Amino acid sequence: MIQKISVLKAPNHGIPYIGYTQYTRFFSEMNPQVPQRRHESNTFTATEQYGDKMLIEIKNETRIFSFAAVGGKAEKNGPLGYAFDYTDESERFSQKTWESAEGSMQKIALSMALGKRNMTEKDIGVLLAGDLMNQCTASCYGLLSFDIPFVGLFGACSTAAEGLALSAIICDQSGSVCAAVTSSHFCSAERQFRFPLEYGGQRTPTSQRTATASGAFITGRTNEGVRIKSVMFGRSVDSKIKDINNMGAAMAPAAADTMLRFFSESGMKPGDFDLIATGDLGAEGYSITKLIMEQNGYDMGEVYDDCGLRLYDRKRQDMHSGASGCGCSASVACTSILPDMLSGKLGRVLFIGTGALMSPTSLQQGEPIASVAHLVYLEG
Amino acid sequence: MKVDEKYEKFASEHAAKSPLGKDCFFAFTVGGFICVLGQAFSDIYTLLGVNEETVKALVPVSLIFLSVLLTGIGVFDKIAKFAGAGTLVPITGFANAVAAPAIDNKAEGYVMGLGAKIFIIAGPVIMYGILASVIYGGIYYIAGLIPI
Repeated sequence: MIQKISVLKAPNHGIPYIGYTQYTRFFSEMNPQVPQRRHESNTFTATEQYGDKMLIEIKNETRIFSFAAVGGKAEKNGPLGYAFDYTDESERFSQKTWESAEGSMQKIALSMALGKRNMTEKDIGVLLAGDLMNQCTASCYGLLSFDIPFVGLFGACSTAAEGLALSAIICDQSGSVCAAVTSSHFCSAERQFRFPLEYGGQRTPTSQRTATASGAFITGRTNEGVRIKSVMFGRSVDSKIKDINNMGAAMAPAAADTMLRFFSESGMKPGDFDLIATGDLGAEGYSITKLIMEQNGYDMGEVYDDCGLRLYDRKRQDMHSGASGCGCSASVACTSILPDMLSGKLGRVLFIGTGALMSPTSLQQGEPIASVAHLVYLEG
Repeated sequence: MKVDEKYEKFASEHAAKSPLGKDCFFAFTVGGFICVLGQAFSDIYTLLGVNEETVKALVPVSLIFLSVLLTGIGVFDKIAKFAGAGTLVPITGFANAVAAPAIDNKAEGYVMGLGAKIFIIAGPVIMYGILASVIYGGIYYIAGLIPI
């Protein structure tokens, strides 16, 4: 016997009636004020309208207590090469295809992060993972062998910060232990977004190299490790940039927008931090972001750096504008930022994952690159 | 959220420019060397007593073979990185553009991978090349009908 399911429709809206009134009330309670105008002198970013309560405070002490990074050949030869937990110069990670190799990197990264604390998959409540490949292939297939509830994420190169932010919220709410994993592989990314690997072509000076790297973070309510104080999710920005070889410029407005919203809501300033690290803006995006921040009255000074500029020695390794990819910010956090925070070299850090949410199909159809930046406020 | 209309213009002006002089120099040198190589093949084949018509076919075949071989052993892209148009414009660039996707897409199978994607870069050149030659042929035919 088939039961008929009827959904009541709200008049003129076409939205299911159940939930409709609930949601409107929910929003009016959450956001009682009309968004205010705060920054009218913005030159490039139209960030006049800020909503309030966009900064999510992590009330229960949640910390990143274990992390691991896996890398390829160029990463091993870079300035942070010594700090990687595992590298494979062949970049194959014992797999036949580049796609499986990327999955294998995530598997190794998560296993190593668990191993450092003598943990097993049973100790993890939620696994959040994402990468650049179609349908998050590396995460789905690479982490298949872990029997942990899985949440797939897509935030392009901002996935590391997105995963950290979401795991902090889950830990804060539920008290369970979360793992956030992300990766990118030069070879699989080249194949998907640009040209075949052996194709002979020249790169423009603004182009960035997708890092062959993976990072895994384990967060939980404990008193060891690096504390996540608060998180702020970015708004997706239509950058107007259509050049796939200038992603730094495409992501810069998103990075600046998130930082401006953070400083505006928290009342803090760049000088309050020991390091403000954006994900993978490269030399191009780094200088533009600095400029936008300056025009909005924030002098970024010495504390501002970009993970894309740290991973490689740009001149010696001929890396043009720097590194990019999900693995870039994740591996720089695991090999440089978090260890420095644990050793006390750094106190307060803003970690801002920046992602160019582009699709090769949309680009060919003439759409500009959309970008997003998620912020995680860390304290040693 | 949208950024100001001026941003795109600003970003393209702000972007670091390619070193044009250096790029042109390498393109000229490597491109010239490939031409010299072609001439050398031609001279060798003539010395070996091959007739002129066959030499005309053998020279491009030799260059294509070299280009595909270098692509296969992973050297071509390293040369092309410096040479740019020097390796792209001669027949070597075209050979590379066919060989590279063939190697790359083998993982997806011989039919839907290699077979379907082998012309992913060279395809437009072949398609519009044929179209252009048909149009040119038409013009040539019509021009021939006009008595001068």
